[in-house]
Amino acid sequence: MAETSTEGTGTIEALSLVPKAEARQSMKDFKSDQEVRWCPGCGDYAILAAVQGFMPELGLAKENIVFVSGIGCSSRFPYYMNTYGMHSIHGRAPAIATGLASSRRDLSVWVVTGDGDALSIGGNHLIHALRRNVNLKILLFNNRIYGLTKGQYSPTSEVGKITKSTPMGSLDAPFNPVSLAIGAEASFVARTVDSDRKHLTEVLRQAAAHPGTALVEIYQNCNIFNDGAFEALKDKQQAEEAVIRLEHGQPIRFGADASKGVVRDQATGDLKVVTVTPENEAQVLVHDAHATSPTTAFALSRLADPDTLHHTPIGVLRSVARPVYDDQMSDQLDGAIEQNGKGDLAALLAGGDTWTVVG
Amino acid sequence: MTSQVSSPAEPADEAVVGEQRNPAGAKGVRRLDRVIIRFAGDSGDGMQLTGDRFTSETASFGNDLSTLPNFPAEIRAPAGTLPGVSSFQLHFADHDILTPGDAPNVLVAMNPAALKANIGDVPRGAEVIVNTDEFTKRAMQKVGYSASPLEDGSLDGYHLHPVPLTTLTVEALKEFALSRKEAERSKNMFALGLLSWMYHRPTEGTEKFLKSKFAKKPDIAAANIAAFRAGWNFGETTEDFAVSYEVAPAATAFPVGTYRNISGNLALSYGLIAASRQADLPLFLGSYPITPASDILHELSRHKNFGVRTFQAEDEIAGIGAALGAAFGGSLAVTTTSGPGVALKSETIGLAVSLELPLLVIDIQRGGPSTGLPTKTEQADLLQAMYGRNGEAPVPVVSPQTPADCFDAALEATRIALTYRTPVMLLSDGYLANGSEPWRIPEPDELPDLRVRFAQGPNHTLDDGTEVFWPYKRDPQTLARPWAIPGTPGLEHRIGGIEKQDGTGNISYDPANHDFMVRTRQAKIDGIDVPDVEVDDPHGAKTLVLGWGSTYGPITAAVRRLRRAGEPIAQAHLRHLNPFPRNLGSVLRRYDKVVIPEMNLGQLATLVRAKYLVDAHSYNQVNGMPFKAEQLATALKEAIDG
Repeated sequence: MAETSTEGTGTIEALSLVPKAEARQSMKDFKSDQEVRWCPGCGDYAILAAVQGFMPELGLAKENIVFVSGIGCSSRFPYYMNTYGMHSIHGRAPAIATGLASSRRDLSVWVVTGDGDALSIGGNHLIHALRRNVNLKILLFNNRIYGLTKGQYSPTSEVGKITKSTPMGSLDAPFNPVSLAIGAEASFVARTVDSDRKHLTEVLRQAAAHPGTALVEIYQNCNIFNDGAFEALKDKQQAEEAVIRLEHGQPIRFGADASKGVVRDQATGDLKVVTVTPENEAQVLVHDAHATSPTTAFALSRLADPDTLHHTPIGVLRSVARPVYDDQMSDQLDGAIEQNGKGDLAALLAGGDTWTVVG
Repeated sequence: MTSQVSSPAEPADEAVVGEQRNPAGAKGVRRLDRVIIRFAGDSGDGMQLTGDRFTSETASFGNDLSTLPNFPAEIRAPAGTLPGVSSFQLHFADHDILTPGDAPNVLVAMNPAALKANIGDVPRGAEVIVNTDEFTKRAMQKVGYSASPLEDGSLDGYHLHPVPLTTLTVEALKEFALSRKEAERSKNMFALGLLSWMYHRPTEGTEKFLKSKFAKKPDIAAANIAAFRAGWNFGETTEDFAVSYEVAPAATAFPVGTYRNISGNLALSYGLIAASRQADLPLFLGSYPITPASDILHELSRHKNFGVRTFQAEDEIAGIGAALGAAFGGSLAVTTTSGPGVALKSETIGLAVSLELPLLVIDIQRGGPSTGLPTKTEQADLLQAMYGRNGEAPVPVVSPQTPADCFDAALEATRIALTYRTPVMLLSDGYLANGSEPWRIPEPDELPDLRVRFAQGPNHTLDDGTEVFWPYKRDPQTLARPWAIPGTPGLEHRIGGIEKQDGTGNISYDPANHDFMVRTRQAKIDGIDVPDVEVDDPHGAKTLVLGWGSTYGPITAAVRRLRRAGEPIAQAHLRHLNPFPRNLGSVLRRYDKVVIPEMNLGQLATLVRAKYLVDAHSYNQVNGMPFKAEQLATALKEAIDG
């Protein structure tokens, strides 16, 4: 895991082209003058506070930070950040941010999206942003419901969800956003929870430091239409059984007194949860977020039960180095100049077979 | 085409200007003022390449020319069938011409399907060269010939040249270590050689081209050159071809300058690169492949040394989305597509209208609706360009009128986008995109200055004296809002698709503010400075023909025919479809009759009738092909008389 200085960005490769702030920043530098209009008690407030609180740590010139969002409750986010921002259209934020980030490498570009925005209407843009590995940090607020349209089920809702549009229960199997991202060749995939400010901040720190696309799924409570959706992960008692905290280089253990562990099933190669005993302790998997193969990260993502949320891994599941799209795009431009010289318009226009008409 | 609309009348087809016969009985040479040749064959026969090469030879010789490639949407339609026929028509002349021509003087038919699909367009008296090797019983039956058209008299009245092109090519290449099949593939070069002899085309360019095209396969290059020369020699020696023809360079038709031949999509690509240089902004293209627009993506992707970023997106929506993101960041942003792609981009165009950022949306129109006719031309996206969005979302619309004019249209669309901070629609079409003509190459210093000023600091003082930046405070002249790009300190602001408060740009649901913003966005577009439309009316006519886009060539050719026949008619052609030129209303009202020919069911006519309450008449064709001059002349005559 990258060590991050709180004094600036000197050690963060992903942000080396982004100008630094001249003066020390504080959280209030990142608060815009706009009144925040989420429902009282919405999990979005906690995420906004965490992001505003984390930004000064990056020490970037705030005029070089851009938040781009789509449509939905979470997508109002840019209005509340005192940076550049665009509240765009439903599902398209990754595409818009891709154009911005790949043409302006001096910017730190963040995408704020939700489960409907990113996984339903914008699913195509999300997977392609991930496979390209554009220098974007995508914060996916997952509340497992459509909030802004007043409570229809979303692509992450559990099967059988009773909502206004599914009075007899929803029929479609949900996406697991982390599994989806790993399948889409994502180089950085993490999951965190709105109410755990410390964990959320640590995940943001690692995402910011990652060169390329980082997908951060943030479980976020919608207290109006899907209240308590993540209670199993938040209630101290239940969380012990439900949450698997991943830390790179550490054995994957959880539960009361770390009594549970994740081991590889020798017969199938899959992962399973066991009660740790002195005999099997050595077989407990050590988390390797930097593993080249995505296989184990994917298997970890599948431990979670979509209904009960039992065995939900949180933390950085995958963080690997891969060529960054905008760097390569820029390299091709430099390479073309090296090869052919800087473009000469007159020579271009007069290329090919020409003839001259004289008076 | 570099002509002026008031220039001399276009002579009739196949006018023989002079004839020389060599006293020793050698072959005669006839001088023609213009010729229309159509090469037709199977999709795999290389007819487009053959046409391109003949065009290059003709361009370098200095003729005026106009081309019409016509090919199926299938990459390799079943061999020998009518749907698989691909053709390339070229019109060249010693004077300025306007269209690829109505009726070929020469048809080269590489197989029975090509003959059957094209002979209907060829008037009797024309020369028809057929590849007899392909006229087997089976091949003829495949396209419904029960008897050989070469023998049953159905081609009486044509100058038929039966040539065993395949056999001759294979024979010419027997010294090469090629399979029969490989050797046969050079038959298009044999045909090109023959035609090059017939019309005294310079051959160096083609030989050079073949050498470079097959640089990695010198044997294939040598075989193709041998086939090309064999075709030339065949014309020179065989008695079937008694005369050859000369079409003198069109020296007097062109203003002084250096010229090249250029297709619409290439001219448009160069126009975008030139616009980027003139604006001093990096070019960003977000695009998804679609016929007939993909060649712009291909071309721009070759010019990264001009700082051009090309992004092949996952879909049409991402193509324009990425472009809009780049526009926010300060690039000259472009998306290229065709009609179905515009439909998908509509929501993002609406966002660009709301964000008031410069963005070029280039629509190379094709036959619709839906997938329609991907490789055929049409101009039926005008109303989509004008109105195809939710809410009141006005967008300026410009259109090029000839292939070379695509260059200037790109610069003009850029000027409007940058000056008024707005998405602009540029409507080209399949005919302009793939057709070509000579282009006088401009000097870079002749090009317009398109530089813009990004916002640098506060632009508003609050009542308490605080200096602030208001992203929606407008320029009083243009009504454009400031373009403040990320990275500019102190101007951090948020924009979005939700209605904004005038000035501050903050979210506002206030009814009066919305009413004001809707009207202001409309006023900004209505107020765009566009030049007056020019009317060509040397004889004080009572009827005006009004056009837009690629119909310029056929309409102008038709107008010349009418005037030559003593029929006065006025002509005007629109570059700007939104807003219309200020003088358009008064121009329309000066005439008793207004006729609007369009390759749609009357979309410009609908706009003109609605805006000016003028009883404009439509003349429409939606068959995937450009108008023919003769047919248009007849229709206009009927309108004048009617």
